[in-house]
Amino acid sequence: MIPRPFEYHVPRSLPEAIALLNEHGEGAKLLAGGHSLLPMMKLRFAEPEHLIDLGKLTELKGIREVDGEIRIGAMTTENELIWSELLQTRCPLLVEGARQISDPQVRYRGTLGGDISHGDPGNDHPALMIALDASFMLVGERGERVVPADGFFVGTYTTLLEPGEIMTEIRIPTPAAGTGYCYAKLKRKTGDFATAATAVTLRMSGATVSEVRISLTNVAETAIRATDAEQSLRGKPVDEASIAEAARLAMSVCTPVADLRGDSDYKTAMAGEMTRRALATAYARAAH
Amino acid sequence: MSKKIMVSFKLNGKETDVVVESRELLIHTLREKCLHTGPHIGCETSHCGACTVDFDGMSVKSCTMLTVQAEGADVMTVEGLAQGGELHALQDGFTQEHGLQCGFCTPGMLMRAYRLLQENPNPSEEEIRYWLAGNLCRCTGYQNIVKAVQYAARKLRGEAVESSHPLMAAETADHH
Repeated sequence: MIPRPFEYHVPRSLPEAIALLNEHGEGAKLLAGGHSLLPMMKLRFAEPEHLIDLGKLTELKGIREVDGEIRIGAMTTENELIWSELLQTRCPLLVEGARQISDPQVRYRGTLGGDISHGDPGNDHPALMIALDASFMLVGERGERVVPADGFFVGTYTTLLEPGEIMTEIRIPTPAAGTGYCYAKLKRKTGDFATAATAVTLRMSGATVSEVRISLTNVAETAIRATDAEQSLRGKPVDEASIAEAARLAMSVCTPVADLRGDSDYKTAMAGEMTRRALATAYARAAH
Repeated sequence: MSKKIMVSFKLNGKETDVVVESRELLIHTLREKCLHTGPHIGCETSHCGACTVDFDGMSVKSCTMLTVQAEGADVMTVEGLAQGGELHALQDGFTQEHGLQCGFCTPGMLMRAYRLLQENPNPSEEEIRYWLAGNLCRCTGYQNIVKAVQYAARKLRGEAVESSHPLMAAETADHH
C-alpha cells in the first residue's frame, strides 16, 4: 500500500505549476485533494514519476458570484462547498450533491476540480456540472480556454483536458430563483460510489416545464445527459405519467457495467428510479 | 531515484522534523518515526477512519496523505487530547458512556469528534451520525459512541454531565 517512488513538487503559483507540468510531460500528475489519485498510486494503478501538488495554490480556492455567474476555484473542497452560504442560497443543488460525496474526512480534502478532472464516471460532480450547465476554465502554456461541462467528459478517465493544462475554475450560471433541483443518489454505504444517481434542474412556466436538465452518474462510461428524457418533458405538465416516461427514456441511455453494486439491468432500473425521485423532488421545489 | 526530504510540522504542539521519501504516508511517519501509535492502521484504503488525525483544522485520514504534504502543518493525534494529566471531555465521555468495546477505532473516533465539536458544539444525534460517518466501528458500538459525543458536547458547553450507562451510573453511586 505504498506508492512507487516519485519526485514531489510544490509550486507556489499557477504559472510555476504549469511550467512544471510541461517540463515533466506524461510522467507528471497533478495532486489536488489526493483522494482519487493517492489510492490509485497506493494500488500502483497510477505510477507518476513526478507529482505536482496544487495544495499551496490559494489562488485556486474560493467561491464568489460575478455577473450572474458563480465562480469556484478548482481547489475548493467539498466541505467548503457544503458550508458556503452563497451556494446554500444561490446554488443548493451543488450543496446537496457534495453532502452525498464520500465521508467527512474525504470531503475536507477532496476538491471540486479534482473530482471533475479525474473523469471517473462514479464521481458525482460531472453529472451535477452538466445539470447546472457549468463550464470549466482550463489554463495551459498557450493560454486559457473555457469549455462547457456538457461534452467535457469523453470516456472513463478521459476528458477534454489536454496534457499541460490545469483546471483552475468552475463557472456556473447562477440558477434563476425558483429553479427546482435535486440530486438523488443510491449508494450501498457511506463512502461508496453511486449505484446510480440523477441530477435534475427544472424550471416551470405556469403549469408546464420551460427548462429541464437531467444527467446521470455511474451508468455509462462517463456522466451522461438524458436529452430524450429532457425533451419529453419540455412544454408538458409534470405528473406521474410524464415523470414515468422521462425515467423510461433516461434508462434507455444507460449502459452500466456489472460489478459488486449490481448487474446492468438492476443499475439501469435504479437509474430510472433515481430519475423519477429527482424529478418529483425538483418539481416540488420549483416555483410554479 | 527518490531523494529524501526533510519535513517540518507541529505534532501536538511540538515542532517536529522528519526525513522521509516523498512516497511515505503520514500514518507511517506518525507511527514509525514519531512513535505516535495512537492513530491506527485499519484498512489503509481511506475507508475506516482509524488513522484519522486533526490536520490544520481538518479531520484527515493519515493513510491518504503524504508526509511531504504536512510541511508547515499543525497535526494533532489522540496523544494530544489529554492536557496536564486530565482526560479531554471526549475521552471522559467515551469512558462514561462505554463508547468503546475493542477500542481499535477509538483514536480515530475521538479525533473526528474533536473537530466536529469545534465546528458544531451542539450537534443533534443525526448530525453526529452524519459527520462521523467516515469512521467505522466493527464492534458496531455506534449507539454509545453517539452518546459519548453528546456527553462530551454537554461537558464542553459547561453543562452538568451524567453517564446514561446503567453500570457506570451504579458505579458512580457506589463511590458516593
